[in-house]
Amino acid sequence: MKHISPKNLKARFATEWLEGGGAARATADDPGPHYPSGCTTIFSPGWEVDSTGGTAALCQPMERDLYDCYKTCYWPAQVPDYLNNSPDWHKNCAAAVQDWREIDLVFP
Amino acid sequence: MTTPETSPTLVEATQMHRFSGGERRYAFLVPSSMIFELDEASERVLDRLAAGPKAPGAVVETPEEEAALRELAGVGAVARQGAPLIPIGGLQEVDGPPPIRTVVLNVTNSCNLACRYCYEYGDDRIAEAEVPMAMTEEVARQSVDRLIADSGEARDLQVTFFGGETLLNWRVIRPTVEYAREQAQQAGKRVDFSLTTNATLLTREVSQWIADNGIGVTISVDGDKQFQDSMRVYRSGMGSYDVIAPRIAEFLKLQKRPVGARVTITSKNLDVPRIFEHLMGLGFYEVGFAPVTSSPDQDYALGEEGFDELLDQFRDLADDYVEAATEGRYLGFSNLSDLLGEIHEGVSKAYPCGAGLGLVGVAPGGEVGLCHRFAGSGDHDLGHVATGIDDEKRAEHLQKAHIDARTDCSQCWVRSLCSGGCYHEAQVRYGDRFRPNLHYCDWIRDWTALGLSAYGRILDRNPRFLTRFEGMVRVESPTP
Ligand SMILES: C[S@@+](CC[C@H](N)C(=O)[O-])C[C@H]1O[C@@H](n2cnc3c(N)ncnc32)[C@H](O)[C@@H]1O
Ligand code: SF4
Ligand code: SF4
Repeated sequence: MKHISPKNLKARFATEWLEGGGAARATADDPGPHYPSGCTTIFSPGWEVDSTGGTAALCQPMERDLYDCYKTCYWPAQVPDYLNNSPDWHKNCAAAVQDWREIDLVFP
Repeated sequence: MTTPETSPTLVEATQMHRFSGGERRYAFLVPSSMIFELDEASERVLDRLAAGPKAPGAVVETPEEEAALRELAGVGAVARQGAPLIPIGGLQEVDGPPPIRTVVLNVTNSCNLACRYCYEYGDDRIAEAEVPMAMTEEVARQSVDRLIADSGEARDLQVTFFGGETLLNWRVIRPTVEYAREQAQQAGKRVDFSLTTNATLLTREVSQWIADNGIGVTISVDGDKQFQDSMRVYRSGMGSYDVIAPRIAEFLKLQKRPVGARVTITSKNLDVPRIFEHLMGLGFYEVGFAPVTSSPDQDYALGEEGFDELLDQFRDLADDYVEAATEGRYLGFSNLSDLLGEIHEGVSKAYPCGAGLGLVGVAPGGEVGLCHRFAGSGDHDLGHVATGIDDEKRAEHLQKAHIDARTDCSQCWVRSLCSGGCYHEAQVRYGDRFRPNLHYCDWIRDWTALGLSAYGRILDRNPRFLTRFEGMVRVESPTP
């Protein structure tokens, strides 16, 4: 983390846990059902909490979901129809994390 | 892709208290009690969110700020509006009431002093001590047995002797210490002892025994002669200062363990710097101050102005503390040390104190109560040491006392540290031990802010000083 730094023991502990992939590890220890990486659990498609009760293993940044929903993932999100009508919908947005504001509206 | 026109996802800053130390800026997060230092980008993000929830795009203007927003979200300082509050790491389920680690033995309810404010004898007493009673050796042993039997996996146990004047029953304390040591050893546990005394009975023999046995001692004393003698008097009205001063001097010379003084602050001795200087001069390692619990119409009651004045005096002493810490010295202002210890650890409490949780009080006759202040008051009995602690009642208490059950506290930013305040105070004040102590909430919030400010300054000037607090938070220690 660059912009905030943990100071007391609780904050240091939580940060180490998060940065060491604690949340991801907690998920790995308990294999549970498989979800495509980058997605939240099926019934909580928002960005509330992940399966460990934290936020660290969610699709963060949430903009990343955009492309996961676009090609790699089955999640039926509202991305433009890139096969026929809008092949270039994302051309101004090379890295969703940085350029998401550049994505234009698409009118069917 | 279409932009939704109604209710876009908004983000909001979660509850926090921001403070500074030197040039540095920090955020204390609620209820996790985590503290983060903020850089300019993260500060700007939080500033923009201070006015209320906003769309993410309205919160960040640069990639830097966007990264900051993401980091803040990662630790729960910023969240989607209305997202449920779930602590990182998940919730812990507790099966029934936890093991007992501490017993406070009210070894007598007689006293050789008659301090005017005392809750054991004064107007505000809860326990019904019609007959003066001393705990027998048998009841003391049963209490030890009970502690060991009910301590579950806990290895480090604590026996605290209390009163009345604790040392009036030294005859029982002494063999009980030996007995508890033997029993603990057989059970593969360790036991530590402490007591609180008014110092009148600290003869050379007693003092030497206390030193040899490494008993932790707190001495109740209210300041110099004038202050001490205004409230801490014998039944005849004679002050006790001239009796205790030489005894304290001799006692402190013999001890290896640091000894703390405990001062009860009333309107009659509202002068923290003067008391602090005097008691540190006598050789105490630490001095702790507690405002008197009393009904408002007592002439010695503190009143609102008194509480404000007390806070100002604490603030000055805290400044001295920070100065000392900057140079690596320890200034024995124990209230602040306790608070800093909790802040540094990041304690987030569901209960205000250990009463009924890991701690119980035992009355002279063996009746078990939430803590020493309650022990022996029929209403609050949790059983008897001979027959067992009533875990059902304990569970019921814990359920009602949980911070989440206290709606008055649910929006308060210090709730993870305060958790509603002393049950006994609430009982005295409102006749209901589960009522949060709302009469002193503003004060507690100001005091906590003061502690965070001291913490921030120490972080800025000499963070190494804080390592002394690592691994030493005593969640269960009761306030005397
Ligand atoms: C009840 S005494 C028992 C132990 C011993 N007799 C002593 O004086 O230390 C424990 C502590 O409670 C404090 N105390 C008594 N009445 C109080 C009250 N109404 N409010 C706050 N503290 C009180 C005393 O000053 C003392 O420090
Ligand atoms: S008792 Fe008052 S100060 Fe303490 S947590 Fe509740 S509302 Fe806050
Ligand atoms: S804080 Fe109050 S209720 Fe808790 S142990 Fe102390 S006297 Fe008892």
